[in-house]
Amino acid sequence: MRLKLMVRIMYGYWKRKVKFFFRYVGGSLILLCQTVFWTFIPPFRKRQTLEQMNRIGVASFPIVFLISLFTGIVLALQSAYQMRKVAAEMYIASLVALSVTRELGPVLTALIIAGRCGASITAELGTMRVTEQVDALETLSANPVKYLVVPRFLALLFMVPLLTIYADFFGIIGGYLIGVGKLNITHAMYVKMTFDPMKIKDLVTGLIKSVSFAMIICNISCFEGLNSEGGAEGVGIATTFSVVRSFILIIVADCFFTALFYFVFR
Amino acid sequence: MIEINNLYKSFGGRQVLKDVNLKVKTGESLVIIGRSGCGKSVMLKHIIGIMRPNSGNVNIDGVDITKIDSKELDEVRMKFGMLFQGAALFDSLTVFENVGFQLIEYTDKSYREIRGRVAECLKMVGLKGIEKLKPAELSGGMKKRVGLARAISMSPEIILFDEPTTGVDPIMGDIINDMIRDLHDKLKVTSITVTHDMKSAYKIADRICMIYDKKLVEVGTPTEAQDSTNEYVRQFVTGTAKGPLTEEWEN
Repeated sequence: MRLKLMVRIMYGYWKRKVKFFFRYVGGSLILLCQTVFWTFIPPFRKRQTLEQMNRIGVASFPIVFLISLFTGIVLALQSAYQMRKVAAEMYIASLVALSVTRELGPVLTALIIAGRCGASITAELGTMRVTEQVDALETLSANPVKYLVVPRFLALLFMVPLLTIYADFFGIIGGYLIGVGKLNITHAMYVKMTFDPMKIKDLVTGLIKSVSFAMIICNISCFEGLNSEGGAEGVGIATTFSVVRSFILIIVADCFFTALFYFVFR
Repeated sequence: MIEINNLYKSFGGRQVLKDVNLKVKTGESLVIIGRSGCGKSVMLKHIIGIMRPNSGNVNIDGVDITKIDSKELDEVRMKFGMLFQGAALFDSLTVFENVGFQLIEYTDKSYREIRGRVAECLKMVGLKGIEKLKPAELSGGMKKRVGLARAISMSPEIILFDEPTTGVDPIMGDIINDMIRDLHDKLKVTSITVTHDMKSAYKIADRICMIYDKKLVEVGTPTEAQDSTNEYVRQFVTGTAKGPLTEEWEN
């Protein structure tokens, strides 16, 4: 009797979870399709898109700069610890350059943007939802996806890869500061060892990743925001979920693309 | 002409509206009263197509808005203006951009013409020279009036008011009531107001309906509402704590 009750409770619990999962995935995929569709339908909202580019790109530049510079420094120092043992310090330049362009630049930038801008997008759209501003948009015959999501989508799609390029550059500079300033590698040698092993595909695969991360950040943060309910508490919960789910999906997508590029571009 | 037939709506298994039927004639001012959370705003959102019913239909001038696509629905919505409970002004836009939203988006009017129309709408609601302010810089009453100005900016045929006097002081509430009645008389629009403020209802209404037990019940003119023999209506309009409405709620 007791076992039967427990099984029934467990069944109910997992049924709810599975239902929620499919509803969530379906809802966010529909939002993504709507976003892509409305992106190509005029009128194009240049002013809102530029405003979002400023908020997402220009305003995030200092934090991306700091984190990528220090990551480059730490990476160089940590690898020096091992490389010294085999007298291979000059390979630090290649290690830093490849790690940053292929992996750390895109992922760190995406995590910074998901935390800084994704959370802000969810909070803003969530507040608009609970204060009926999204309903008001609909009553004014304005499509909320076109008016609210598309400018953010375009801004993220353009600014995340751009910030990734900055992150790649400053990460390499961080490594250079340690390599040349502390490990006595010459300037010419460091530059040669940075660019010799690096191929254009290293940069391109990083940028492909960053475009997919931008789509994830936009989709999750807007979906969570537009589906917020329950006042300030609901917006807070949606913001937390937005950041957590974006982080998870970024890492999962990174793993997927890394494996894909490994097998495709071997 | 607005017509609602056999409308049912539930949220997560909780029935909110059940077999609601309503007809609102062109040029009429209808007030829907009822206790908080009884489904008044939900009904208003069905009329403008923000919510879809579980079953039943909503006809606006003969068009069933529950069966049309979003593009056609947007066209129908151009006939509407709506004042939300919290005004729902867009925080990121100025008063000018809020009031002129539809004029900027959907008309070919020049900036000068839009500016003129915005000033005219603001004047109609008793405001002047606040075009450059953001909603955060306005008081509650001013927000409601700006919301009202936005609702009338495209000269709609139908205006929906969701709790127009909630959250403002009694004097401002009365000013808003006068304004709604004035706009109704001047612009000859059809208006539906949702409220639980009886003073407001008596002032605005040509006809009053009440929602209780998930259904809409015709009450009549404001005078008929005051003299109603229906014990539910009587308790609500007199605002007494004891009666069938509270007993049901306690049970």
